[in-house]
Amino acid sequence: MLRLPAEVYDEIVDHARRDHPDEACGVVAGPAGSDRPTRFIPMVNAARSPTFFEFAPMDLLALYRELDERDEEPVVVYHSHTSTEAYPSRTDIALAQEPGAHYVLVSTRDGAAESGPVELRSFRIVDGEVTEEEVEVVSRVG
Amino acid sequence: MSVEVQVPTILRGFTGGSRAVESDGATLAALLDNLDREHPGIKERIVDTAELRRFINVYVNDEDVRFTGGLQTPLSDGDVVVVLPAVAGGQDGAPRRG
Repeated sequence: MLRLPAEVYDEIVDHARRDHPDEACGVVAGPAGSDRPTRFIPMVNAARSPTFFEFAPMDLLALYRELDERDEEPVVVYHSHTSTEAYPSRTDIALAQEPGAHYVLVSTRDGAAESGPVELRSFRIVDGEVTEEEVEVVSRVG
Repeated sequence: MSVEVQVPTILRGFTGGSRAVESDGATLAALLDNLDREHPGIKERIVDTAELRRFINVYVNDEDVRFTGGLQTPLSDGDVVVVLPAVAGGQDGAPRRG
């Protein structure tokens, strides 16, 4: 299960809406080993594409260095799909290389970028195997 | 000569869980060959035939090796090599690059 602070949930959805029609991406960091996503870190989609995302290589290095210095890890890796459901694509599965992370998918299809509910789901992706998990939105991660 | 190689989580199964290991080599290619002798199988996860894998990033002293000669990037004593898998994906129908 993923316990997501309400303000982080809102920030992920806001980012996905803001970057629509391109895919948005980022991480939510937390103390190493805690499984608590606390620090929202939006990233630039270097691909600037409606169907692909990638952290820029230098941004990636800076991010991981910062996480190491703070003894944090990427508890959540999130991105949006702009015209398909919030479920990992074959590309997502093939490229998932952070086995400890919760992969959060948001869909901004069908007008969700402007208004109405946005579909947000969370998955584990390990060795090509996808397992959906429950998302619990909490007011404070305790 | 000694070069520190920082290993990402997904490859630590090859290094007994270590986040960083020491190896050596005059170039990145030579380093990866030596590293693979110590930690068999790790090179194949970084290199595809004769090229760096498209979705693996390698940095020498904070420079992306794609701009410093790729696998021929020269190394010196004390250099730090960082290996980081790309964070990338996208919905189906995406152009697969590389």
